[in-house]
Amino acid sequence: MNKRSFDNARVWRLGADVDTDALAPGAYMKHGLEVIGWHCLEAVRTDFASGVREGDVIVAGANFGIGSSREQAAGVLRHLGLAAVIAPSYSGLYFRNAFNLGLLLLTCPDAVKIEEGERVGVSFEGDIPVVIRANGQRLACAPIPEFLMDMVDAGGLLPLLKQRKPA
Amino acid sequence: MSAAVSQTLAQKLIARAAGRSHVAVGEVVTCNVDLAMFHDSSGPRRLKPMLDELGAEIWDKNKVVLVLDHYVPAQDADAQQIVQIARDTAKQWKLPHVIDSEGICHVVLPERGHLKPGMFCVGGDSHSPTGGAFGCYMFGIGATEMLGVCVTGQIWVQVPRTLRMHWSGRLQHGVSAKDMMLHMVGRFGMNGGQYQAVEFAGPAVQALSMAERMTLSNMSAEMGAQAGLIAADETTLNHLRGIGVAPEHLAGAEQWFTDTDADYEQQDFDASTLSPQVAAPHSPANTRDVAEFVDVSPSIAYIGACTGAKLEDLRAAASVLKGQRVAAGVQLMVAPASAREQAQATQEGVMQTLLDAGATVLPNSCGACAGYGATFPEGSTVISTTARNFKGRMGPASVNVYLASPYTVAASALRGRISDAREVFA
Repeated sequence: MNKRSFDNARVWRLGADVDTDALAPGAYMKHGLEVIGWHCLEAVRTDFASGVREGDVIVAGANFGIGSSREQAAGVLRHLGLAAVIAPSYSGLYFRNAFNLGLLLLTCPDAVKIEEGERVGVSFEGDIPVVIRANGQRLACAPIPEFLMDMVDAGGLLPLLKQRKPA
Repeated sequence: MSAAVSQTLAQKLIARAAGRSHVAVGEVVTCNVDLAMFHDSSGPRRLKPMLDELGAEIWDKNKVVLVLDHYVPAQDADAQQIVQIARDTAKQWKLPHVIDSEGICHVVLPERGHLKPGMFCVGGDSHSPTGGAFGCYMFGIGATEMLGVCVTGQIWVQVPRTLRMHWSGRLQHGVSAKDMMLHMVGRFGMNGGQYQAVEFAGPAVQALSMAERMTLSNMSAEMGAQAGLIAADETTLNHLRGIGVAPEHLAGAEQWFTDTDADYEQQDFDASTLSPQVAAPHSPANTRDVAEFVDVSPSIAYIGACTGAKLEDLRAAASVLKGQRVAAGVQLMVAPASAREQAQATQEGVMQTLLDAGATVLPNSCGACAGYGATFPEGSTVISTTARNFKGRMGPASVNVYLASPYTVAASALRGRISDAREVFA
């Protein structure tokens, strides 16, 4: 187990095609993440914003994060303390934004097996993340390039650039 | 460039930007950015604090374009503040290219001749693949990634597969590029693209004007593609010459095409059999023929957005509405995509035709499409030329938005129910 791993995370189970406008509704885009956070997913999951806790994970269907380039759709999940999103596939634009903001996305073909309210852990075996279900089942995810994990470790591109800035 | 390796247009554009003779699909490369576009929402208000925190400056101010289009005209104090930050930052940074309240970024950027075949560009907006209509590799990124571009002038890309959409035949009158795109999104789904490069080709694509090609490239985003490319041809070059792009900027444009023996996946379509398409709530992939929606009666018909309110879109709507008025109980709203296009539409009498039909004309901005300002009222049924109909995007979750072409939106406004413009023309 290394520092990227975690366990006992509570699962919020969502369907496929969760879009950016559901994650960060346009009407609140004028405001900061604290306001967007109250409205995150309100069009599809009304109990999410009030119930989510630090260290929870979202497990979703395919195409998570389709739609806009608004990175608040990824930032809001970091703001709310989500440990990771686990889904079979992501919008390519969302994928880039999430790592740039230090949000861990796990591409897990078997994510659909995971159930609402279940507790899961994540362990890294080399560059392969593995989701460990409460029943012990292990679900392998796609490897994540090291340069993206560097952003997760640093907390996003901005802190990474600061770290690497020549003195 | 090596003639030995066959490559797709996407590979050639990325290889050039990466300073390589060729690149292989799947490989991650670092590219030099020729142009970065950002707007009032994703731009200065998000970039400036991060650049300040780093003590960094923009790598090349001549290569950035700032467009104010999302929060203009400002509708409240918060929007006013966002717009003010953009204007103040533009002054402080002495940005040479600022387009303020003159239209939507994806329309005004090419309008000013910023996009030329062979370029590698990024935009702080998801509909940035619009640039692909001009033979540019252009894609959308978020504000933090834009920070990286602003500091280094570079960005990474994983060389995508190419999915080539080959359209034979010719569109019928009353059927447009929007219908082609909705059909493709319906068939391949919202992530059918899997972040690949989609390339549009074939006689039906070559017959399209630049404005119509922009609609195809724009909504590549709705297929989950990274870029939506169309190889430059005489139509492209004539258009660019026509807006004043100097010949030296167009030299070599003919090299940007997909080699016939390159490795790509092709899908074939026949434009001549395509009916007008409508995407039902709440996904652009929820598309079927217009005939399946004749029982739907919209209360609002919206002609707006980068993908639905360009000059040709306004002309299409006017051709349906000419000499007639919209049905009782239908509100027709028109937000021309740019001031220049609106001026041209006014000169041609197109705007008068729309006004005579009962249209309310809104400012040249993203308007209701982005969902940032005025949105549609609770429970309304809307038929719209915009690109997305996600639940809650343009108002409360109870708003139902149907997506369609300007022909179909105009015909639906005229008849008070979703209608096929070909019946109006008949």
